[in-house]
This record gives sequence, C-alpha cells and structure tokens, in this order.
Amino acid sequence: MGAGRGRGPRRAVPDREDRRAVQGRDAQVSIESPEGTEGEESRARKGMFGVSGTGDTSGFGGLVRQVADPHSTPRPYGGYFDEVVDLLGEEVARADLGFEDAVYRVVVDRGELTLYVRPERIADVALLLRDSDGLRFELLSSVSGVDYLDAPFGADDDEKAKRLHVVYQLTSMTFRRRIRLEVAVSIEDPRVPSVTSVYPTADWQEREVWDMFGVLFEGHPALTRILMPDDWDGHPQRKDYPLGGVPVEYKGAEIPPPDTRRAYR
Amino acid sequence: MTQTTDPYAGSRETTEGRVYTVTGGDWDSIHAEDPLASERIVVNMGPQHPSTHGVLRLVLELEGETITEARTVIGYLHTGIEKNTEYRTWTQGTTFVTRMDYLSPIFNETGYCLAVEKLLGVEVPDRATTIRVLLMELNRISSHLVWLATTGMELGSTTMMIYGFREREHVLDLFEEITGLRMNMAFVRPGGLANDLPVEAEQKIREFIPYMRGKIDDYERLLTGQPVWKARTKNVGFLDVTGCLALGITGPVLRSAGLPWDLRKTMPYCGYENYEFDVVTETTGDVWGRYLVRVNEMRESLKIVEQALDRLAPGPVMVTDKKIAWPAQLALGADGMGNSLEHVRQIMGQSMEALIHHFKLVTEGFRVPAGQVYTAVESPRGELGFHVVSDGGTRPYRVHVREPSFVNLQAFPAMVEGAPIADAIASGASLDPVMGGVDR
Repeated sequence: MGAGRGRGPRRAVPDREDRRAVQGRDAQVSIESPEGTEGEESRARKGMFGVSGTGDTSGFGGLVRQVADPHSTPRPYGGYFDEVVDLLGEEVARADLGFEDAVYRVVVDRGELTLYVRPERIADVALLLRDSDGLRFELLSSVSGVDYLDAPFGADDDEKAKRLHVVYQLTSMTFRRRIRLEVAVSIEDPRVPSVTSVYPTADWQEREVWDMFGVLFEGHPALTRILMPDDWDGHPQRKDYPLGGVPVEYKGAEIPPPDTRRAYR
Repeated sequence: MTQTTDPYAGSRETTEGRVYTVTGGDWDSIHAEDPLASERIVVNMGPQHPSTHGVLRLVLELEGETITEARTVIGYLHTGIEKNTEYRTWTQGTTFVTRMDYLSPIFNETGYCLAVEKLLGVEVPDRATTIRVLLMELNRISSHLVWLATTGMELGSTTMMIYGFREREHVLDLFEEITGLRMNMAFVRPGGLANDLPVEAEQKIREFIPYMRGKIDDYERLLTGQPVWKARTKNVGFLDVTGCLALGITGPVLRSAGLPWDLRKTMPYCGYENYEFDVVTETTGDVWGRYLVRVNEMRESLKIVEQALDRLAPGPVMVTDKKIAWPAQLALGADGMGNSLEHVRQIMGQSMEALIHHFKLVTEGFRVPAGQVYTAVESPRGELGFHVVSDGGTRPYRVHVREPSFVNLQAFPAMVEGAPIADAIASGASLDPVMGGVDR
C-alpha cells in the first residue's frame, strides 16, 4: 500500500555508489592524505576536463591538480571581521559559554566571514550577535540548507558525517556588515535549536530547510512542511533524493534525464 | 480486507488506494453546528480569489467582519528552480533564476550573476555593469507598475489597472528591443551580458523617460487625492520598523515605515554609489505609505536610467577571460534566427581552436572555484539574496534564493489580525507578493 500514490520519490532511490559507477564518476575525486598540516585536507582532480574513464579525449588525462577546500583562516582576518570575532568572543565569555565550545572554526573567503557554530549553541550565539552593542546584527537575511554529500570537507570522519549544513546570513543595519553562521549536523541526528525566538523571520525559512533537507529545528513553534504537501515522504533537496525526469526524444536523438547525463567536475 | 462503513461517506478500493465519496443528504449530521448562527466563521480566501495572485491561500477566521486569526498557505507552484540549477551549468543557471520572480527577471539574473562572479573573482566591464543598472531600473518601473495596476484593480480602480499595464507594455517593448524577449530574458550572464545594446535602444529609452514622467503624474492625479483610495489605504496594514525588522521585511514596506534601508545606498553593488538618487521613505507605515514610496521610486528609477544612459561608454560587455566568455557572439541572421553567417564562416574556416573552445564552454561549461558566497540586490520587493555554493565543478552545488516575497508574506497575519476583512486585500496587496518567487 502507498506505492504509486504520487507521494515521495516515484523511483526507488538508487544506491549512491551504484549511481556513481554507472556514470563512471567513481574515480573522479580522490581524497589525498593531508601533507603534515593539522587536520586540513585537499582534494586532487585528474585530467583537464574533469571527466574520468572513457570520456576524456583531450590528452590531458594525466594531469593532477589540487583543489583547495575551505579551512580555518589564521588571524588577522581583515576588515571588520577581527572586531566582530573579538566582540563575539567577549560576549561569549561573559555568557559563560566558552568560545571554542560555541564557534569551532572561522573562515574568511572571498571577503566574507563564516563562523562555524556548534549546533546546540546557535540560538545563544544568534542572541549575542543581535543584542550586543558592538555587533547589532538586527536582521536575519536568510536561512538555507546545504547537503554536503558529494563535497566532503572537514578535519575528521565525524565532521564529514555531518553533511547537512544550515547557513544563516546575518546583516547589521547599524554597521552595514554581513556575516554568516553555519552549523553542521548528521543525517542520523539532524537537530538544531530554532532561532525563531531571536529572529521571528526564521519561522518560514526554517520550515523550508526542514522541508527540503530534513533538519529538525527544536523549539520551532510549528515545524511543518511549507513547500511540499504535509504527507510527503523525503526531503527533495538532499543530494541523494532523485531528480526524476524521463528521457526525451528530439529529432531522433534521445536526451537522457538531467541527473543521468555526464557530469564534468 | 474488511470494508468498514463510514457514516458520512461511502468508500471503495481502487488501484490508487481508498477513495471516499461524500454523498448528499447527510450534511446535517456532518456539520451539526449552524454556520449562520455561530459567531466564528473560517473563510478560505484564495487561491481562486483574484487578489491572491495565483496560488496563495489565505485562511481567515472571522468574527463578524473582523479577522481574528489569519494564516497563509503559499500553495504548490513547484518550479523546482533551486534543485534544477544543480543539474545545469553555471550559465544555464541564469535561464532558470530569471523565471522565479517573473515581474523582476533582471534582478534575479543580476543577483545570481553577481554571486557567480564573486565566486569566480572576475571583474565585469563597466559597460556591462551600466547596462545592468539601466535594465534593473527599467525593470523596477515595470514591476512597480504591475503592483500599482493590480492593487488599483483590487481596491476598485480598474482605470489604474489599465493605465499600469499599458505603460508596462512600453517597458516590455524596450526589453524586447534590447534583449529580444519581454520576460525571462537570460540576458545577464556570469561575466557580463549575452549581447550589447542594439543601436536604436538608446534613443528609444531616451524617448520613454519624459513619457513615463508624465504618466506617473497622471497616476498621482488619479489616486493621491481620491477619497476612496485614501479611505482604503490610510491606516491599513500598519507595520512599524520594529515589526519589519523582526519579521525580516525589507524593500518598500520597510521604507514606508520610515527606515531608509536601500541596498543600493547602504551596501552598494553594480556601482550604484556613483548615481545620484534619493531613497524614498514615508513615515506612515501603512498601505498609503507604500503606495507613495513605490510611485516616487519609479521617479527615482527614471533618474537613474537617465544617468546610466549618459554614462554608457563604448566597450566590451563580457569579461575578456576566454575560459568564461563564449568566443562566438550570437547575432540574428536574415531568417530572424541563429548566428551570423560571417561569424560561422570565420569560426569554422579560420579558427578551429575557437570552435572547439566554444563547444566545450557551451556543452560542459566553465569551472567555478569551490566556496560559498552571499550577494544581495535591492529588488522591487526588497532584499533579493543569492547564497551560492560551488564544489569546484561546472555546476552550482547549491543555489538558495532569499526571496523577498517569501519572507515578506510572513507579515500578513501581523498586518491583518484585528482588521476588517476588506483590509486583508489592501494589506496583502501592499506586500507585493509574487508567487513564483515564493515557491522556487
């Protein structure tokens, strides 16, 4: 019962490894061991055009390139980032939280500051960021989820298992600054405290992240689906949720559905 | 399987599962409470109601004529744009995001392209940026015109509706002249623009500016002093700055409450800091204030369009990086389609490398270094933000859109609870929701 009622994935979710083998992508990313740096890793990519197996006719198949992943940024961060992190550190100490227990990584990339926050502390940190005199991040611009299934990064297996990320974009209208908070949780235990008590605007956005990624926001006033019907199975924007689609014939040629086409990386 | 009998409805098993059929004649037993005698009525307004803009459904609990509770159901439009972009190249992403908020496509394209360009770390040529500003401000006018037209219709002024859509046609004609399409143009591309302005476009835009100025004055003559318009908008749908910030509301709704927060001024992008214009604010915080803000914003946009035209200097409209820009430039042939014959002859006959390169760029796309960025533009509805994640591949790893309509709609209950039901129309309309943006 229940199958074929138009709810949830219409096709059986294929095993991830099977799908990669079919697409010939299983050898595309090889994780190299870290070269003496503390817990940092880099990925290597082979070939000029990123296609492995039989697809690459470019003659550049032997090329190996290193691909950088975001790591902790050493101080100074530049711009207002040092001030924000310092002030947050003071506020965290005043609230008896312990900075390392709350923020475990600071990344500055492309002129944007990302603070990786432990999930259980996100609401506390958001409250400090909103109310402190020198911080005043009054506006929560955006909440979004990201499923890092194909792009593993992080120091250890524990962090790699935490593939569901929730990303908060905060704006300080007083100081005209933006920062980003990020929390990571695993599929098995996808619980994050809700920030709706701090920013009521997170209400719908957290519902959307729950709907699309299956992150449970504890303390949310009404965590129900918002984009999908209430009785839908699965969370459509997870990377292992099938896209669906059928092959299309056009002028005699058959175009496969998008998720089974050759992917270049 | 045993068949249970339901006292209210018969049921039968089908291949789709059990289907219930509510049969006639037993309504008394289902709904014992007489809805006419009860003080409490739940009304579903929409999605078929003309002022719910498509798939929006408003569940209103009424006591007499007063709304005691309001809930919004955003419906199921299911464009799936965010998910779809993960299976297309970065350039194809533009053609998807332009379809989200179909009243302000250029803003979607520009916001997305700014994010991709930030990820790439490329600088767009001046001419491309100026044309983007020009198109965005024209688009802001057309979007505000639709707001004015639909709100006018919802509050009883069909004249305003006809006027608004009539002038919007002129803007769309300009878009067609410039980009080839009236909507969903995919004209702004990562790295610049798909094409340069055609020769006649500048003259046509210059002719449009004074024409539009006169029309805006007409709208004000029609509405601003009108008793019905004032009665239906003043002190309706009130939301102050505190409420706006708590609910994350930006754009004209926030500015109508008195906070001059406009990303064009406060966090400039696309060189907006070099343009002379005012951020329009009102202090009333009601529908009336939002009306005045939007009308005056159209005037400011015309000012920016004029300055952008003056700033237009000849130059490229795409980055010179051959790893990003397509070598071939699309040009219309005599048959109205395809690429120019000269170009095809040149690229096929003399430049095999360029042909290969073009083919590679079109089929597999370019790679974007891994990382994540958030960029925001001031769309007609507020902050339109793009959180874009790349894993270093030729496809976006994740594109999340902070859609102002989605965020702003949350304010609907705060605006209408305790108000008469007639004000629900004006309040909802004043948020200017576009359902295509709400459900990406």
